[in-house]
Amino acid sequence: MRIRAAKIVTQCLLEQGVDTVFGYPGSTVLDIYDEIYLCGRRLKHILTSHEQAAAHAADGYARISGKPGVCIATSGPGATNLVTGIAAAYMDSSPVVFITGNVAEDRIGKDSFQEVDITGIAMPITKSTYLVRSAEKLPHVMRQAFAVACGGRPGPVLIDILSSVTNKRVRGEYEPAEPVRIPAAPAAQTDVDTFAGMAAKASKPLILAGGGVIRSGAADDLVRLARKLSAPVCTTLMGLGIAEADDPINMGMAGMHGTYAARTLLNECDMLVAVGVRFSDRLAPDPEKFAPSARIVHIDIDRAEIEKNVRADHYIVADASLALRQLCEALPRKDCPEWMEHARRLRARTERKSPAARAIIEEIARQTDKDAIIATDVGQHQLWTCQYYPFSRPGQLVTSGGYGAMGFGLSAAVGAQIAAKDRRVIHITGDGSFRMNCGELATTAAYGLPVVTVILNNGVLGMVRQWQTLLYNGRYSQTNLDRGPDFSALARAYGVGAYKAEDLQEFKTAFSDALGCGKAAVIDCRIPEDDMVAPSFFGPDFTDITSEV
Amino acid sequence: MGEETSHILSVLVENEAGVLSQVSRLFSRRGFNIESLAVGTTDDVNVSRMTIVVKGTDRMAEQISKQLGKLQPVISVIRLPREDAVSRELMLVKVEAQTSQKRDDIIRIVNVFRANVIDMARNSMTIEVSASSAKSEAMLSLLKEHGIIELVRTGVVAVERGSSSIYDYRREREEFDLGKI
Repeated sequence: MRIRAAKIVTQCLLEQGVDTVFGYPGSTVLDIYDEIYLCGRRLKHILTSHEQAAAHAADGYARISGKPGVCIATSGPGATNLVTGIAAAYMDSSPVVFITGNVAEDRIGKDSFQEVDITGIAMPITKSTYLVRSAEKLPHVMRQAFAVACGGRPGPVLIDILSSVTNKRVRGEYEPAEPVRIPAAPAAQTDVDTFAGMAAKASKPLILAGGGVIRSGAADDLVRLARKLSAPVCTTLMGLGIAEADDPINMGMAGMHGTYAARTLLNECDMLVAVGVRFSDRLAPDPEKFAPSARIVHIDIDRAEIEKNVRADHYIVADASLALRQLCEALPRKDCPEWMEHARRLRARTERKSPAARAIIEEIARQTDKDAIIATDVGQHQLWTCQYYPFSRPGQLVTSGGYGAMGFGLSAAVGAQIAAKDRRVIHITGDGSFRMNCGELATTAAYGLPVVTVILNNGVLGMVRQWQTLLYNGRYSQTNLDRGPDFSALARAYGVGAYKAEDLQEFKTAFSDALGCGKAAVIDCRIPEDDMVAPSFFGPDFTDITSEV
Repeated sequence: MGEETSHILSVLVENEAGVLSQVSRLFSRRGFNIESLAVGTTDDVNVSRMTIVVKGTDRMAEQISKQLGKLQPVISVIRLPREDAVSRELMLVKVEAQTSQKRDDIIRIVNVFRANVIDMARNSMTIEVSASSAKSEAMLSLLKEHGIIELVRTGVVAVERGSSSIYDYRREREEFDLGKI
């Protein structure tokens, strides 16, 4: 009995519990695609318009399903088109297994047609890369790749398989194995004790929660610890949804475009419990001055995050969910009434004038009962969404937080909608980002995915233009996007719902119609070009540079 | 934190394709400079050992060890404290030696530093020295007066003093593996 090695690929996918893959075929993955064909309904393949979109879609799928995403592409340009998607998944710790074909063994290293060293290219943006040159190694590599992608701090891996491997006939039948998963690591008892000692002394505790809490499924545990410690909670952009937006304990987003309350409390707290965060420059622009009065406890699954950017007075290397549960059990209830009252007052502080986008985003929340999955692209619309959408669940926001990849939104929304068939997925984007990968409207139409895209269209590259307004004296170099297309005409061409909204009233009707139209839809909403994301803490003292405009 | 000094990292890696480039690229993309890197197999042919000398702050050395620990083929990483490590570097120096007077002078230097002459030609001599970096530098400064034609060095290799070894740090590996697999 002999089987084609490409069958090992599909059988391994099935064995790992994969039922959906994203990708785009090409000559070096013909055998894999033939096996996908032969799998029939057991393995659903989503064909995108572009490999980058397949990568983002697999990433979005992973974020919503909690299972590893799988993305397949051919060698050369197919593989390099994945790169932005791999990097986006890497920065946001999303488990995606990328599978690429490569040229046959006798053509490797000869600059053959569509040959590229993708394992070399992807090395710095994956947890691990594998180049498979022999069919015998294929099952082991596939299984290890899944274990690595899902284990510890999740992230993408890449398996590059030569076409001379996938078309090879190997002896024997495929023998399935149980998927191996690395067990989550608890905190050491001594670390818990040290934490308890520090918490007992603190009178102004604050929790800062990031994407790691969501990846670990630890949001409830985190809020429980916050209540027990009497500690307000602020989150990073990636941590939005960990605490409900209207929970009085939630101080909102920290960082460059974060809330006044989060910023003030970070400066004042005497103990900061940072969980699943990596202190990026958008959160901690000056790491030396971050939370200056606090003893910092950093809890993270990735040891290398400890003291990478910001000092840690104590750290716990463990899975967030396990560690937080251990802490909840070990700690006595604590009460800091004055501190909590202070936080409550800061939280109640009303903001200055809002951008037009705010009412649109709030209307989206109202019409979807705050329950929709929100995918965004990158730029002003993304930050407005983070600021004004009342996120109520962890994982509700699907956004390229770390990498900031424009063009992520619609593709990720495709993946999210496939992972969550019964949930609404709303894609909020800007005109600049949307144009990057709008070809994926074809994908939403082909698979009947009712993703509603709301374009906050200001005719400019808003975020970059905002910097030009604030720091470059209004010299708008290449940020004017007054060149179409007519987005609703484009939407019609793709066979999806098409709407235009000039004001909030029109938007309300259009959005309601779009939700009811039973298919994907695009709403082109006109917003003013001078609206800014405020605050924007920047400069030597990290003051709000938008406050004087 | 603070002051920049040289740090010695000892790294056990699985002996597979692409390990060296993974390690060296990690340094460049994190903005760390390698002063020297020496690599060879250990008594187990499937495992190689790297000795990497890197200049930077203490915190930076700590960070780079942790980042190295995350790479799949890396088995363990230890930082060797200079005072608790013995280190050697092999250097081959080809110097100008046209006259017998010059040759005698060079041989005297070689003897003082317990180096070896491994090649002698009409106009040149090649000297082999295996020493700590400080000793190599001292000898080099004397040889420079005679005119150096070319020079090659292996980079520092080092082991811990006493009976403890890199294999005692498996616990470390288990911790690293949280972020790895």
